Amino acid sequence: MTSATGAPPAIELVGVDKSFGPVHANKNVNLRVERGVIHGIVGENGAGKSTLMSILYGFYEADAGQILVNGEPVRIRSSREAISHGIGMVHQHFMLVPPLSVLENVMLGAEGGPLLKAGAKAVRAQLAHLAKVYALEVDPDAIVGELSVGLQQRVEILKALVRGAEILVLDEPTAVLTPSEADQLFDMLRVLKSQNKTIIFITHKLREIMSLTDRVSVMRRGEMVATFETSQTSPPELADAMVGRKVILKIEKAPARPGAVVLEARGLRVKDDRGVTRLEDVSFSLRAGEILGVAGVAGNGQSELLEALAGIRPLASGEIWLNGAVLPAAARDPKAMRRLGVGHVPEDRHRVGLIMPFEACESAMLGFQDEKVYGAGLLFDRGAIIADEAAKMEAYDIRPPAPRLKTANFSGGNQQKIVLAREIERNPAVILVGQPTRGVDIGAIEFIHKRIVALRDAGKAVLLVSVELDEIFALADRILVLCGGRVTGERLPEETNAQDLGLLMAGVEQAA
Amino acid sequence: MSTPLKPLPAWADVALIPLINVTAAFVISGLVVLAIGENPIEAVKILIGGALGDLEGLGYTLFYATSFIFTGLAVAICFHAGLFNIGVDGQAYLGGLGAALVCLYLPLPGYSLVIVAIPAAALFGAAFAAIPGYLQAKRDSHIVITTIMFNYIASALMGYLLVNTLRNPKQMNPETLPFPRGGTVPQLFELLKPLGIVWPDTPLNLSFFLALAAAVFVWVLIWRTRLGYEIRAVGVNPTAAVYGGVSPSRIVIITTLLSGALAGGLAVNVILGSEHRLVLEFTAGFGFVGIAVALMGRAHPVGIVLAAILFGVLYQGGAELAFDMPRISRDMIVVIQGLVVLFAGALEHLFRRPVAALLARRISQPPI
Repeated sequence: MTSATGAPPAIELVGVDKSFGPVHANKNVNLRVERGVIHGIVGENGAGKSTLMSILYGFYEADAGQILVNGEPVRIRSSREAISHGIGMVHQHFMLVPPLSVLENVMLGAEGGPLLKAGAKAVRAQLAHLAKVYALEVDPDAIVGELSVGLQQRVEILKALVRGAEILVLDEPTAVLTPSEADQLFDMLRVLKSQNKTIIFITHKLREIMSLTDRVSVMRRGEMVATFETSQTSPPELADAMVGRKVILKIEKAPARPGAVVLEARGLRVKDDRGVTRLEDVSFSLRAGEILGVAGVAGNGQSELLEALAGIRPLASGEIWLNGAVLPAAARDPKAMRRLGVGHVPEDRHRVGLIMPFEACESAMLGFQDEKVYGAGLLFDRGAIIADEAAKMEAYDIRPPAPRLKTANFSGGNQQKIVLAREIERNPAVILVGQPTRGVDIGAIEFIHKRIVALRDAGKAVLLVSVELDEIFALADRILVLCGGRVTGERLPEETNAQDLGLLMAGVEQAA
Repeated sequence: MSTPLKPLPAWADVALIPLINVTAAFVISGLVVLAIGENPIEAVKILIGGALGDLEGLGYTLFYATSFIFTGLAVAICFHAGLFNIGVDGQAYLGGLGAALVCLYLPLPGYSLVIVAIPAAALFGAAFAAIPGYLQAKRDSHIVITTIMFNYIASALMGYLLVNTLRNPKQMNPETLPFPRGGTVPQLFELLKPLGIVWPDTPLNLSFFLALAAAVFVWVLIWRTRLGYEIRAVGVNPTAAVYGGVSPSRIVIITTLLSGALAGGLAVNVILGSEHRLVLEFTAGFGFVGIAVALMGRAHPVGIVLAAILFGVLYQGGAELAFDMPRISRDMIVVIQGLVVLFAGALEHLFRRPVAALLARRISQPPI
């Protein structure tokens, strides 16, 4: 099989089919990825992208269908075989050993003999070569655990290249990156492309597809529904193809009608677990009926701000005022803050907001386990717990509507809705929301954004922390920018733009 | 990215896998028996017959099982909080001290003595567990290390007390005076005699029912109460637990206290139910067997009761086997027990992957 130019495609999947019991994860999928292009694959969570890539990388074997690499039919039964066919994978969650150096990580599994010296020398030379050809510079002796997330990802890419990958598969690579790191990644991928490497880029962020890829294939419910030349499509068209219906990317919202100040932070200073000051002299006020967006590159104190306000992290100094009264330190533990009407949707639902091995109905009472609705006496009322979550699943369209299903078995968007339902339904006066749509599919993003605006319109004070500027612009009535743990600026969305905020996020203070 | 290994359905996880593990242990044991020149089929007959074949064997089997239920529950409740309590043996040993002090020194009438002695055993067990629990919660001293050390402290302390302070002065043996009758848990054959039911004279006593009640208590606690919810939350994800307003250090201390109290149940069964006096080393390593029982029972009370009965069968049947087949020594039984622990505990995932692969072809659930 050959393309119009005569060269066979780097990857061709023909009629790939995979079922897990009754669920058809991939239905007769056909995909052609030409050599030397960046090919995007988009789809909602659960559309079958990861299953398809797992088949390509040898984690699963397809029930039916064929894989052709450079026109040759191949059978890929393990990641080792995938590598031998020149397919390299960069996982969303890195497969690195943090205490080892870059060099040692790259060598891992390809040490070249019982003694390391010869292999290390060869790999070091290869790394130097790659640094020159692809501008992929990393200090080979740096400890991986001390590198930024962006550099760790670069190490993952280097690992694949050193093993001779001609085709790189990146599974939602930007989910863990800051905007500037994502830009660097894109530059890197463009260089790789210019050197005739083939890149398969999986994402559900349409902006990335538009700015990076040459071609894009859309998956929906296990099927490959369309392939476009990126230059001849548009985000609305892609969104339509993904969800099979019209999606409003811009949220309709009326102007805010802010009321009285509900929450006030005065000179907050917060340290992290290692004693490093992560928040310095942060002051702001939050009114009822407004959304205050906190923008900033990830890791500039937003997490510590949310944790301090939610009572999880103690203040080194400063005061938190609620409804015009200062909160004493003793009244600031998570339980007390909830009782005072401060809801908290944490940034990391996997690690903080939910307990993955618990049933959904159990995760859905985390933080509220003392409430009488779940059982008035010594024992829980299981019926009430399940009924309560069943009602929320109905109201928030959580799928599948199975309160007793393990939390981990829900998709990202549905997990986030479990958290939102839990926090919003308590009718808090203040709600702290961290990264509400991280790793969430487009349909759920729209739903979550509408809920947040509805909360504001109901007179709640909303503090929204997001590293997605689009999200900040879509939702916030007022924008606070954090950089290095300090407030570098405050803006009204209609009086600013991405460039202006970008400067503030980089720490360049300027008058509005 | 989903993992290629799908979770097993519950029935396979709870019943099939342990069954395969135990079968594997018995097959290997059979080969060992064969190697020393005995007939493995015959050996199994003697083992099962000796443990379950008559009422006397059954009595001993259930007596041992009672001890294993208590120690298994003690280990399991800590598992749920993400803690590994290796000190059940020492906690049970101290529990025996509590029971003995009540029985020897409190002048209480009739069976009110044992009514006080049982909580005293739990209290002493809990108090001894409290120290490692506190150190884990407040000082981050790893509970595995501290509880191992505390087993030695218990052993040395009890040795000292039994030789120097509590010893029956008319005896050379390091053991106390016998307890008054009111300080004993009635044995089953005594209770059944007035009813006209003949039950052989075995140490099986009412502690067996106390152990079953403890299993029900642990189940209700873990899956039906707020404390159990918080224990499980801390065990699975302490960060999320803190977010949910739970204090992990409080939960760690409470859980170790409960674990130590359950360990005291071993002393109730052996000291109050059978020995009727405090003796040296009465725990006989049963606290460690509790780890195997908890692992095999997957920290679930039903599984623990079943695993405890299996270990009871091995103990009682093993003794019979050593008696009837001279070439199979007592050590051989330890080998068999060791193999069960090895397959059910250390190698519990050995058959998981093939079984999962086998089941995946027909029934396993897809990722959602």
